Amino acid sequence: MRYIDEFRDRGLVKGLVRDIESASTRKTNLMEVCGTHTMAIFRSGIRRILPASVNLISGPGCPVCVTSQSDIDRMLYLAGRKDTIITTFGDMLKVPGTESSLEKKHASGADIRIVYSPLDALAIAEANPRKKIVFLAVGFETTAPIIASVISDAAEKKISNFFVYCCHKTIPAAMKALLETREIRIDGFLCPGHVSSIIGSRAYEFIARDFNVPCAISGFEPTDILETILMLIRQKKDGRACVEIQYKRAVQEQGNVKAKEMMDRVFEPSDGDWRGLGVIHDSGLKIRKAYRFFDATAEFRIPALQAKEPRGCACAEVLRGIKTPRQCGLFAKTCTPETPFGPCMVSTEGTCAAWFKYNRN
Amino acid sequence: MDERILLAHGSGGTLTHRLLREIVFPAFSNHVLDKCEDAAVVPLRGKCAFTTDSFVIQPLFFPGGDIGKLAVCGTVNDLAVMGARPAYMTAACIIEEGLRTAVFRKIVGSIAKAAKDAGVLIAGGDMKVVEKGACDKIFINTTGIGTITEGIRVSADNARPGDHVIINGTIGDHGAAVMSARKDYKLRSSIRSDCASLNGLIERLLNTVPRIRVMRDPTRGGVATTLKEIAVQSNVEITIEEDALPVTGPVRGFCEILGVDPLYMANEGKVLVFAPEEDARRVVSTMRKHALGRNAAVIGRVTRRCSSSDTPQVLLHTSIGSMRIIDMLSGEQLPRIC
Repeated sequence: MRYIDEFRDRGLVKGLVRDIESASTRKTNLMEVCGTHTMAIFRSGIRRILPASVNLISGPGCPVCVTSQSDIDRMLYLAGRKDTIITTFGDMLKVPGTESSLEKKHASGADIRIVYSPLDALAIAEANPRKKIVFLAVGFETTAPIIASVISDAAEKKISNFFVYCCHKTIPAAMKALLETREIRIDGFLCPGHVSSIIGSRAYEFIARDFNVPCAISGFEPTDILETILMLIRQKKDGRACVEIQYKRAVQEQGNVKAKEMMDRVFEPSDGDWRGLGVIHDSGLKIRKAYRFFDATAEFRIPALQAKEPRGCACAEVLRGIKTPRQCGLFAKTCTPETPFGPCMVSTEGTCAAWFKYNRN
Repeated sequence: MDERILLAHGSGGTLTHRLLREIVFPAFSNHVLDKCEDAAVVPLRGKCAFTTDSFVIQPLFFPGGDIGKLAVCGTVNDLAVMGARPAYMTAACIIEEGLRTAVFRKIVGSIAKAAKDAGVLIAGGDMKVVEKGACDKIFINTTGIGTITEGIRVSADNARPGDHVIINGTIGDHGAAVMSARKDYKLRSSIRSDCASLNGLIERLLNTVPRIRVMRDPTRGGVATTLKEIAVQSNVEITIEEDALPVTGPVRGFCEILGVDPLYMANEGKVLVFAPEEDARRVVSTMRKHALGRNAAVIGRVTRRCSSSDTPQVLLHTSIGSMRIIDMLSGEQLPRIC
């Protein structure tokens, strides 16, 4: 198939691996920030063909995984209300909160519907004028512009029963927080492809400049990822730190200006509460005052809830890259995709789910 | 006219009889069913295979098939992969009140046609109507019975090191067709379900290569899940070649866009066959001569017997020359968020 097979070409892959081998003279820790990269790496078996000196660490770029336990509990509270219909991406369903999950709430009668786009949630709102429809917005800069445009649409159409519970987060802020904790040495970032198609490569320049850490924005095919690894290793070897774009067919320096404008119109930066990383200043997206009407936190009075993360769950450490799933005592024993303890085992982009599916033995 | 199935159609009274008389009996009519007894009385000789399956699917009609055709093919294939010749079948419908009579008539027609095509007699059946919301439009259960020719022994615990793994065509078509027929995805595609009865193909295979060791139809959970089941039941390691997996362009494109894996997509007209290496070529050529096996291919082989201490694995040699494990499907495949 065109535009796919070329990027999985065995000959090209061999050549790239050879170049990586010869450029990689010492142990290098590279973090793939994005969960879709983690999955792609496992799916094609990239870890197995890399030299031992290249250590890939999975980062916090899985939207469901970084959603804090208290946000999950608040979503569950909303799901328990009789007058609401919860609309969500399917990945959220199994994530365990302190006492329940959306899946269990659904089984016991709550009206929870999986949607594939926030536009579908808006359509449900229009079709059910007597109900309050809450869309659970988890994600990064990739989905934020779409949600912003749906909120703006709802405002134009004067829809009065559509609300967004917004847990959107921004990626560069999390990368900065990871570097500031100094818990692990990161020699380079494989920056996310889809997020970067929105925010552009300039958004990472401060990381290269202020922290002297090489960055390269990667596509999702095997040769994309390998070429990105090679770029990072070469930067490191040459003592450079800059932001390179490997994923040129989708990413530009300035990003998608229109999408960014839409995002800015509806959202403003706020403190974001990350599982594993805690509250990071200006790493969240909050609905601006002008659109406050659509903010679920303004519409519903959500009581203070005591959120507790499951005992023994190492999702927090896995998200920071300081533990691999196998170093978690629950992994593949009591915690499996069927009976997940933490979100990293639930989401299709979760690190634990990837290890479980592709790298268990 | 807006004719619909009502609760009274399931009461067993006159409305039930009218529905049976007007729609069901004319479609299924055969010498066993037409006797209208409480149970079908049929002659069977020798070893029999016997299976049941329930069918719930949304949407009821999808490119390449519908719930009626699916209900027949599913049960026929379960019998066929055991080496049995499907002979008789029952069909029971649970209908949600309000279903359009025309829809019911169309589904009954599909069941009748699929049964006729597969050479199976509908020997009995049942129909219940439940209140709105108690089921989703229509659920169908089919139970089938067939006889096994002397000397045939296929079983999922029969795979041996060196055996080749063969499939009769492209994978993932049914799953992708149903997913793209669902309105939620708002995707239009030319993908058609592979839904088909395989008993004709399998009979020809068994006549040509009687030493076939394992046959199983990779339905829900896809090829990946079925291979893992066989690996565990036979206690062997199976290695599959990613580049050898037959997948059509549209299905591949569909899966790439949504971030799902064709290895885990359902098939309804596919059979995985394990045969000794020396018979593999004959299996492929026999399949390719049949309309349902044009794209047959060897996709891998059984690489070793597992010791009592290690877990039987299915390994995949990836296109780029690496390797990973293949596990069973857990939960449902969901499109990625971003």
